[in-house]
This record gives sequence, structure tokens and C-alpha cells, in this order.
Amino acid sequence: MGEILVFLEQREGQLKQSSFEAMGAGRRLAEKVGSTSGGLNAILIGNNIKNLAETVSRYGAQKVLLADHPSLQKYNNRLYTHILAREAQKRETIAVLFSATAMGRDMAPRLAARLGGPLLTECISLNIADGFLEATRLVYAGRLVATVKSTVSKFQVATLRPNIFTPAQPVSRGVLQYAPAEVEILDVSTVPTEPFTVLKDIIYTTGVGARCNVPLPDIAEARVVVAGGRGMGGAEYFKILEELADLLGGVVGASRAAVDAGWKPQDLQVGLTGKTIAPELYIACGISGSAQHLAGIITARHIVAINKDPEAPIFSVADLGLVGDLFEIVPELIKRLRTAGNRK
Amino acid sequence: MLLGHSYYPVNIIVCVKQVPSTETTPRPRPEPPFIDTGGLTWVVNPFDEYAIEEAIRIKERRGRGEITVVSFGPTLAREVLLGALAMGADKALHILGETHLGIDSYAIAFLLAQAIKGRPFDIILCGKEAVDDQNGAVGIELAELLNIPHVPVITKLEIDATGMATANRQIEGGTEILECPLPALFTCQKGLNLPRYPSLPGIMRAKKKPYEIVSATDLSPQKISKSEVRVSVKDLSFLPSRKAGRKLQASAAEMVEELMKFLHEETKII
Ligand SMILES: Cc1cc2nc3c(=O)[nH]c(=O)nc-3n(C[C@H](O)[C@H](O)[C@H](O)COP(=O)(O)OP(=O)(O)OC[C@H]3O[C@@H](n4cnc5c(N)ncnc54)[C@H](O)[C@@H]3O)c2cc1C
Ligand SMILES: Nc1ncnc2c1ncn2[C@@H]1O[C@H](COP(=O)(O)O)[C@@H](O)[C@H]1O
Repeated sequence: MGEILVFLEQREGQLKQSSFEAMGAGRRLAEKVGSTSGGLNAILIGNNIKNLAETVSRYGAQKVLLADHPSLQKYNNRLYTHILAREAQKRETIAVLFSATAMGRDMAPRLAARLGGPLLTECISLNIADGFLEATRLVYAGRLVATVKSTVSKFQVATLRPNIFTPAQPVSRGVLQYAPAEVEILDVSTVPTEPFTVLKDIIYTTGVGARCNVPLPDIAEARVVVAGGRGMGGAEYFKILEELADLLGGVVGASRAAVDAGWKPQDLQVGLTGKTIAPELYIACGISGSAQHLAGIITARHIVAINKDPEAPIFSVADLGLVGDLFEIVPELIKRLRTAGNRK
Repeated sequence: MLLGHSYYPVNIIVCVKQVPSTETTPRPRPEPPFIDTGGLTWVVNPFDEYAIEEAIRIKERRGRGEITVVSFGPTLAREVLLGALAMGADKALHILGETHLGIDSYAIAFLLAQAIKGRPFDIILCGKEAVDDQNGAVGIELAELLNIPHVPVITKLEIDATGMATANRQIEGGTEILECPLPALFTCQKGLNLPRYPSLPGIMRAKKKPYEIVSATDLSPQKISKSEVRVSVKDLSFLPSRKAGRKLQASAAEMVEELMKFLHEETKII
């Protein structure tokens, strides 16, 4: 039986945290498939990223496949998919795993369709039995959970929702069966010279809209998200949420009502028509908790709601609910966090 | 397909899906189609509305063009096709067949590709994802099966006179600006435009517009339920609901005291 292949995502030479989650899931699958398989390999694509290959070689893969070339500096769907499809075919891969990031969501369907393989998207659990992947995933605006099974045991492709799976840990030197992975340099001479699409620019922005050089944590990746809704009453009042997010090492998000009012940009919207997030902590301020909003936060580890309406539906999913005026509670919380921080 | 310097994209295909309104909650059932379809309100997939609107705007800017809306679905899907025609699409192609979660993204993309192949197109627009199966895959798989470029999750699209498209795409912490030649496929995200409501004359005209029906089994004889389906549904159930936790109603200072404890002890954030 073939191998499990995990795509490790990097941008600007930075490995995505969620790639380690995919590695962790890949390792568990490979263990289940057992020693008859080709085991677990990881693949890295980019330019000047040999150092990353060294880093990931200690995370439990047998091999780290490295496609390192100037033409691969920036993500390009056609070139990257070409390399993945070629390697998957060469190695009789049974499953390719991606984290469900913008890049993973872009590439996985293209790869699956090219190889004619099954595609399981946005998995929140993943298993393998007799070579067939089985996953659970949220459907119907996040209200139902489907158990889906692939019907073909070759070239299966799965994307894993970030922040759900336990990340792989580096394996210590002492453990024999997990010797550091061999880094295999891939031939990139046959990569198509014509990219379908040409990346003209990437504009990374801070939460307040200013341009910056590297990607800042996205609401979909942050450990803490502090979100504001219509109850914020205006763009200028989000300042207190930014302060709070800063103190908690998190980022600010918004409900659709707040985005549609023009208080926050679309890429900070949480929910069905915004982003689905699974942070360690979600704090909803002045958000009622509509079904479409909950669709985006239902996989959050902890939910705190601050709302002056005791009947607000958000309280039905909150681990801790504070009934009251957010303009009293949030500043009080900021004050307390400051004193606590100073004492340390 | 390039007509010298005065290239005009003339043929736009928009893929639309009928889905249960997100205001209603489908009840799971143990067998296919796995949901109780009774009592549901059906609407056009919200992301597909952005696709329809964008097609109309491209056509309006160019001053010419033809928009075909395509949907694979049961008889009921006629409603969403008529809705698109009422907004301003020119013709409808209805791939008639049962679709539910049991039919995976590859099978749907396969059918759409079969139906679209051989028809002229310069631009294909899809939604970012369907809010029922939440795959976000059909559009991209369709682009692969038609061997054309795609840009997913776009919030801006411009087509120049030479047939070059420039699209903004959301990524983590930023926006990519991508260029690609037509024909190409784009999947549409909120923020791209504000979909219009159909006008009354629009609704009247819709019924007279060309409406073609092909059967899914003709496009994929006996295959649709077998070899084209790569993913099957084993079970569908309500998400175990989160338990409501503690709800505090006290002075700000007292509640924040509790919250500090919660942040420290349970979330370990501080
Ligand atoms: C197809 C579709 C997709 C959608 N997608 C999304 C989505 O992705 N994300 C999303 O968020 N919504 C989405 N919506 C919209 C959703 O239905 C709600 O309209 C929206 O979530 C409401 O936002 P809100 O909670 O900020 O505002 P409201 O529902 O107006 O709630 C405001 C809350 O603030 C509280 N409040 C007011 N002042 C204060 C104060 N001083 N202190 C404390 N509390 C206060 C009020 O008690 C109230 O509960 C979608 C809708 C549809 C139909
Ligand atoms: N049955 C269908 N008929 C027409 N278009 C579809 C169908 N299913 C999906 N699509 C298109 O593909 C997009 C993504 O769907 P999905 O991959 O199911 O999330 C939708 O927004 C539609 O544009």
C-alpha cells in the first residue's frame, strides 16, 4: 500500500502552524495503516527553504520532499499542483493531506480532480480503515455533522480545519524508529513554465487596514479572537476591542452587521459568509448570536459572550456569559488585565 | 478566442445551486437523502448570488454578452434558475437530477463539465461554497476538468479589453492580486458586490427566456450513482450542542472578577 503525503505550507519562508496539525493527523493515519505502507512523507514547496526542510525532518515523517526553486517563490496553483500530482502518482499515494487554509482549499480540489480521487474537505476528525478515509465535517451552515467516507482508496485528498487537530511534536533523537527524515530534493525541471495565473501583488494588511510586509495572524489562525457586533455602535468604538485583543495576544473580528455597516473590513467577518474559526478563546461583544454567526464559531474551544440582552441566543453557546453593557465590562477587563500584567 | 485588441468576453456561465435557507434547520434522517426535506425553505446559495450579480455587471460594463445560468438539481431547482433570469441572466440550463449530500463535489463538477463542454464560454462564475455541503470545491474541480485557470474566493474582478482578468483573492492576513487570461473560472465571495433584487418586469421577462433541460443520466449514463461518486455519506446528525455555561448578571467589577478567573483557570490564556 502507498504512502500518506502531507503538504506543508509556507509563505515568505514561514511555516504555517496548521501544517503541523496536518503532520500530526498524517502520523496517526500512517500508524493505523501500519508497517505495510510507504509510511508518512511530507512535501515542501518554495524557494530557499532548505532550512525549513531540516526543521520539519524531526516531526515524524520518513521523508521530506523538497521542491526548491526561484519559480516557486510565491504560491502558484498550477505549478504547485503539478508537483504534488506528479509526486502523488510516482509514489502511489493513498492520501494527500492539507490544512484547510486559503492555499490548501485552493489546491486540494484541483489535485483531487486531476488525479480523479475523492475529496474530503474541512474535516474535523479523520480516520482510515482498509485504506479508505473516513471523516467528520460540518454541513448545513455548521448545524449538522456528517460522517463521510471515501469510496476509492487511491489519491484521496483531505483538508483539515485549522486549530482542531493535535499538532505533531518533534521527535527526540533517542527514539530509534523516528530517525530524522531524509530530505529528498525533487527535480523541478519539468514544472510548467506557463503559470495559469500570475501573482501581481500580495497586500498584507493589519487589522486597521495599514499595509505591512508579512502576514499577521489571521482571525482563522489566532489563538484568541475578540469580536464586535452591531452593539459596538460605530467603527471608532472598536478601539477598546483592539486593546483587549492586544492584551490577550489575539486579534479582532466582527459580525456581519458590523462589517456591512462599514466598521470593519470583510476579511475580519466571522460566520457563514465570513470565516470559520476555531480559536482557543472567542469573546463576542455586542453580538446577538444568529445561526449564521454561530456557524463560524461553533468549533471554538471557549466562548465568552458580553451582551446586555439576557435573552440573546449567543448565551446558549457561551461557556461564560456576562449580561451587561460592554462599554462598562470591556474597559473594566482591560484595567484588570493591565494590573495583572504589571504585577508579573 | 482573442479578437485582436477589441476582445469582449461574450459568454458567461454562472453555476447556481439551490440550498435550504440558513434560517431553517434541516432535520437529519437515517437514510439518503439524509435530511427531512419537508418544511424547508429553498433559496439560491448565497454565494451564487454574488456570482450572478458579477456576471450581470460584467455584461453591463461591456455593453454586450450572454449569461447562461446552470444548475444541477431536481425540478424544484427551477426556482433558482428563474430567480437568476429575473435578475438579468439570459438563459438557463437545468441539469435535471436528484442532488443531495450523497453526491460529492467531484460528481457534481463532472456533470457540470459534461454540460458545459462544447458550449462557448469565456468566464465561469461559481460561489465560494455551497452552504449545504460546505465543500468549496465544485468550482475549482470544474476548472480542472475543463483545464482552465481559476481564482477562488474573489472580492474584486476586472476584465480588460484584451481578455486579461485581474482578481483579488482573500488569503490569511491579506489579499492576493492575480492576473490570468480568459477563459477562466472564478469563485465568488461576499464583498465582491451587492446583489440586486429582481425587478417586477425582470420577473415577468424571466418566464419567457430560453430554458433548456437536460437529464443528468444523459450526461453521465448510469454512472452518476456509481463510479463518479467518490465520497459517500455514512451518517448525518445534529451537532452535539454546546452546553450553555454560566450566565452572570452582576456589577461589571464582579463579573470581570469571574471572567479573570475563567481566563486563567479554564482557558489558560492568562
Ligand atoms: C445567508 C446569510 C449569511 C450570513 N452570514 C453571516 C456571517 O457570516 N456572520 C454574521 O455575523 N452574520 C451573518 N449573517 C447575518 C445574521 O443573520 C445576523 O443578522 C448578524 O449576525 C447580526 O449581527 P450582530 O449580532 O452584530 O447584530 P444584532 O443581531 O443586531 O445584535 C446586536 C447585539 O448587541 C447587543 N448590544 C447592543 N448594545 C450593547 C451594549 N452596549 N453592550 C452589550 N451588548 C449590546 C444587543 O443586545 C444585541 O444582542 C448572515 C445572514 C444570512 C441571511
Ligand atoms: N448542483 C449544482 N449545480 C450548479 N452549481 C453547483 C452545484 N453544486 C455546486 N455548484 C457550484 O459550486 C459552488 C461550490 O459548491 P460546493 O463545492 O458544493 O461548496 C457553488 O457555489 C455553485 O456555484
